[in-house]
Amino acid sequence: MLPAGNPQRSSRRRFLIPRGTEAWGWAVASIPIALSVFFIRYIGPVADGWAFRFGLDWFPSLGVSFSFYLDGLSLLFALLITLIGALVVLYAGAYMAEEKHSGRFFVYLLAFMAAMLGTVLADNAITLFLFWEMTTVTSYLLIGFNHREAVSRAAARQALLVTGGGGLALLTGLVLLTQVSGESEISALLLQGEDVKAHAAYPAILTLVLIGAFAKSAQVPFHFWLPNAMAAPTPVSAYLHSATMVKAGIYLMARLHPVLGGTPAWEAALTTVGGLTVVAGAYMAVTRTDMKQVLAYSTVGALGLFTLLLGVGSPSAVAAALLYLTAHALYKGGLFMVAGILRHETGIGEADALGGLWRAMPLTALAGGLAFLSKAGLPPFVTFLAKEETFAATLSAGLSTPLSWAITGAVLLVSISFVAAGAIVGILPFFGRRTRPDGDHREVSFTFFLGPLTLSLAGLAAGIFHKPLETWILSPAAAAVLGAPPDIHMTLLPHADLKLVLSGVAVAAGLIVYRLWSHRFRTVVSRLDVSDRMGPEAAYNFALRSVRFAGLLVGCRLQNGRLRQYLLLVTVAALALVGGPLLQMGIPRIGSAASAYPHELGLAGIMLAAVVLVTTARSRMTAIAALGALGYGMTLFFFLFSAPDLAMTQLGIETLSVILLVLAIYRLPSRSRFIGSERRLLHGAAALTAGAAVTVLMVHVLSRPATDRIGGYFLENSYRLAHGKNVVNVILVDFRGIDTLGEITVLSLAALGVYAILRLVPRGEKSRNERSAS
Amino acid sequence: MKEHRFTSLILAAATQYLLPLLLFLSVDILLRGHNKPGGGFMGGIMGASALALFFMAHDARSVRRILRIHPRYLFAIGLLAAAVSGLLPLFFGKPFMTGLWWDRQLPVIGMVGTPLLFDVGVYNVVVGVIMTIFLTLMENR
Repeated sequence: MLPAGNPQRSSRRRFLIPRGTEAWGWAVASIPIALSVFFIRYIGPVADGWAFRFGLDWFPSLGVSFSFYLDGLSLLFALLITLIGALVVLYAGAYMAEEKHSGRFFVYLLAFMAAMLGTVLADNAITLFLFWEMTTVTSYLLIGFNHREAVSRAAARQALLVTGGGGLALLTGLVLLTQVSGESEISALLLQGEDVKAHAAYPAILTLVLIGAFAKSAQVPFHFWLPNAMAAPTPVSAYLHSATMVKAGIYLMARLHPVLGGTPAWEAALTTVGGLTVVAGAYMAVTRTDMKQVLAYSTVGALGLFTLLLGVGSPSAVAAALLYLTAHALYKGGLFMVAGILRHETGIGEADALGGLWRAMPLTALAGGLAFLSKAGLPPFVTFLAKEETFAATLSAGLSTPLSWAITGAVLLVSISFVAAGAIVGILPFFGRRTRPDGDHREVSFTFFLGPLTLSLAGLAAGIFHKPLETWILSPAAAAVLGAPPDIHMTLLPHADLKLVLSGVAVAAGLIVYRLWSHRFRTVVSRLDVSDRMGPEAAYNFALRSVRFAGLLVGCRLQNGRLRQYLLLVTVAALALVGGPLLQMGIPRIGSAASAYPHELGLAGIMLAAVVLVTTARSRMTAIAALGALGYGMTLFFFLFSAPDLAMTQLGIETLSVILLVLAIYRLPSRSRFIGSERRLLHGAAALTAGAAVTVLMVHVLSRPATDRIGGYFLENSYRLAHGKNVVNVILVDFRGIDTLGEITVLSLAALGVYAILRLVPRGEKSRNERSAS
Repeated sequence: MKEHRFTSLILAAATQYLLPLLLFLSVDILLRGHNKPGGGFMGGIMGASALALFFMAHDARSVRRILRIHPRYLFAIGLLAAAVSGLLPLFFGKPFMTGLWWDRQLPVIGMVGTPLLFDVGVYNVVVGVIMTIFLTLMENR
C-alpha cells in the first residue's frame, strides 16, 4: 500500500537525481522514446500523402497476415501512445518507488504499449482484433495490479468482461466484413466502402463493430467499467484511461469511417450513443468527490463527445474530433498524474479534503493549474481551438436545425462540466481553503512532476504553435478518415461570434458549478441519482451473479470431485451419442479367429486374463500390475504388426504409467472398495457396453478399404519436403508441428497443475497460518 | 510417510552405470528420429524412464542432484525451444513453423534444422513433465 507521506522517506528522497525505481523508470522510458523517434521520422512523408505498409505472412491460407499500415491517423495515435507512454513510464517510476513489484508493473505497461501500438497500426483485420484483445488482457493485469484488494480484482474482471465481450462482437463484425468485401487488409477495405454499405449484411456488421468500439471507449451503456477501473494505480489511469486504450474505440470508428460511415444508421447510432454518453459523463463528473472518479466520468463525457463528432461526420466535425482527442490526451493525462501525486503524497483521494497545497508543492500546483486552464479551454491552450472547432462543426454541420441545436447543447453541457471537473482536480487541492493543519508535505521529485508539467505545457505549446500541428499531424490524420485533407482554419484570434459566446458561457457556467460544488450540492444530486441502482452496472452485476449461481448449480451436480462419476458420465454420454448409429450399421463379417496365428491368440488370451484381473483384484497393486501386463501385451501387438515407433512409445508410456500409478496409489488409504454392489453393476454395465461399442467401431473401420490419400501425400513428401525418412516423426515435428506444439503445451500445463495442486497450496496455507499466528 | 526406498544394493550399484548409458541411448533415439524409429517424444520417455529407474534405486534427492535444475525449468526450456523453432522461419520471410535446414551434414547429429530444434524441445518437455510429476508426488509428504 502507498505510505501516506512518510516523512523519513521523503526527507531522504532526492529531488533531481533519480534512483531506485525512478532510475529504472528512466531506463525503461528509453524504449517508448526510441519508438517515438522512429515514428517522428515518418511525420514528413506521411504529411506529403504517403502511407506505409509492411508485414509478413502468418496464416496465408486463411488470409491472416501480420501486416501494418501507417498513415496519418495511425501516426497520430502512434505518436500519442509513445510520447505520453514515455512520460507515464517516468511518472510510474516515481509513483511506484515504494512498490515491491515495480518490475512487474513496467512489464505490463510495456506489454500494453506494444498491444496498443499494434492495434492502431494493424492492417489485417484479424491482427487488429488480436492486438485489440491484447490491450484488454494487459489492461486487466494493470487494473488488477493491486490484486490483494477485492475492489481491484472486481474492477479488473469487469473491464475484462465488458471490453472483452465487446471484442467478441468486434471479431464477428470484422469476420463478416472481410467475407462481405473479400478483403482482409483494412487498407484495401477502405476502397470498398460503397459495396459494403450496399450489402445486406451491413446493419449486422455496423452493429457488431460499434458494440466493440462502444464497449472499449466506455460509451453508454458500457460506460460503468471506466470509473470502476480507477482502482488501478494512477499511472495506469493516466495512460490507459485517458490517453490511449479508451480511445481505441474512437480510433476504430475513425479508421472504419470510410467503410461503414456516413449512412443514416451510422449517424443515428453515433450521435444518439455519443450524445447520451456526453450528458451522462458531464453530469456524473461533477457529482463525485474522488479526484480520479471526477476525471474518469469527465473522460466518459469526452469520449462521448468524440463519438458524437464522428457521428456528425462532416469534415470539420472529424477534424474537430481529432484535435479535441489530442488536446484531451494532453490535459487529461496531466490531471490524472496530478491527482496521483496528491494521492501518493497525502494519501487522500477526495478533492474536497485537500486545500492550500500550492505552498508545499509549487511545481505540482503549476502543473495542475496549467492542466486546468487547458481543460477549461482558455486561449491560448489547444483545447480552446478544439472547442472552437467543435462548436463550429456542430453549428454548421448541415444538420436539421433542432438536431444541430441539441448537439450543440450537449457539447455546451459537457464543456461546462469539463471546466468544473478541471477546477475540482487542478485548482481546489492547491488553492482551495486549507481544511486540515497538515504541513509536512513537500514538493515531489523532478521525475514525479515532469510528466504532468510536460503534458500541460505541451497543451500550451500545441495551442500556440497550432499551424505546424495542423499541417504535419492533424490534416494527414483527418485526410486518412475523410479521403481528402479537410479545410481547417484554426486561429487563436477570437472572433466575436456565437462560438466565442458559447465558449465564454461554458467557462463562466463551469466556474459557477465549481463554486456551488459543495457537500450539500452533491448530497442533493446523488439522492436523485438512480444510475447506481438501476443502471447498466446493476444489470452487469445481476448477470454476473446469475452466471455464478448457474455455475454452482451445474458444478455441484457434475463436478463433485469423484473421478468414477466423471468417467461414468463421459462414457455414458459418448455411448448415447454414437450408440444409435452404431446399432443401425450392424456388425460386418471379418476374418474368423481361425486365421490368426497361435501366438497372437495366446497374447490375446493373456490380455483378456489381465483385464479380468484388473477388475477383480482386491489389492490396488495387483490391479496396477495387471494393467501394466495389458499395456505390454498391446506393445507386443504393435511389434508383431511392424509398428516400431508405436511399440517403443507404448513401452515407455506403460512403464512410466505403472510407476506413476504406484507412486500416486502409495499415498491413498488402503481400502479398495468404495461403492456398493449395485453401483458396481452399473459401472460394469457401462464399461462393457463401451467396450462392445469400441469393438464394433474398430471392426467397421477395419472392414472398409483404406482410402489412403493423406498417407500417400506424407509418404511422398516426407523426404522431398521435410528431409526425413521416418514419416511418423516428420508428421509429428513438421507436417503437423502445430498440433505437437499444442500437445506439449497441454502436457506442460498438466505438469504445472500437478505441481500447483500438490505443492503450492499446502505451502500457501502454511504461510497463512504462520502469519495469523504472528 | 516413511523413507521411500527399494533397498536393492545390486540395483543401486547397477543404475550408477545404467543411467548414463540409458540417457545416451535416449539422446540417440532423439537424434536419429528423423530417419529411423525414434524422435523427441520417444527419446524423452526413454530419458524419463532412465531417471525413474535411478530414482527407484536411490531417492528423490539424488535425482534432483543429477538434474541440477528443477524439472519444471526443463519443460519451460523445451516449450521455448519449440516456440523458437516455429518463430525462426519468420525472420527468413517464411510462414510460422516452416522447416529450415542447414545444408550441411554434421558428424553424429546429421542434418540440422528447425525440426530438430523442435524435437529437442519435445524431448525436454517430456522429461520435464514426467520428472515434475514424479518429484512432486514423492517429495510432498
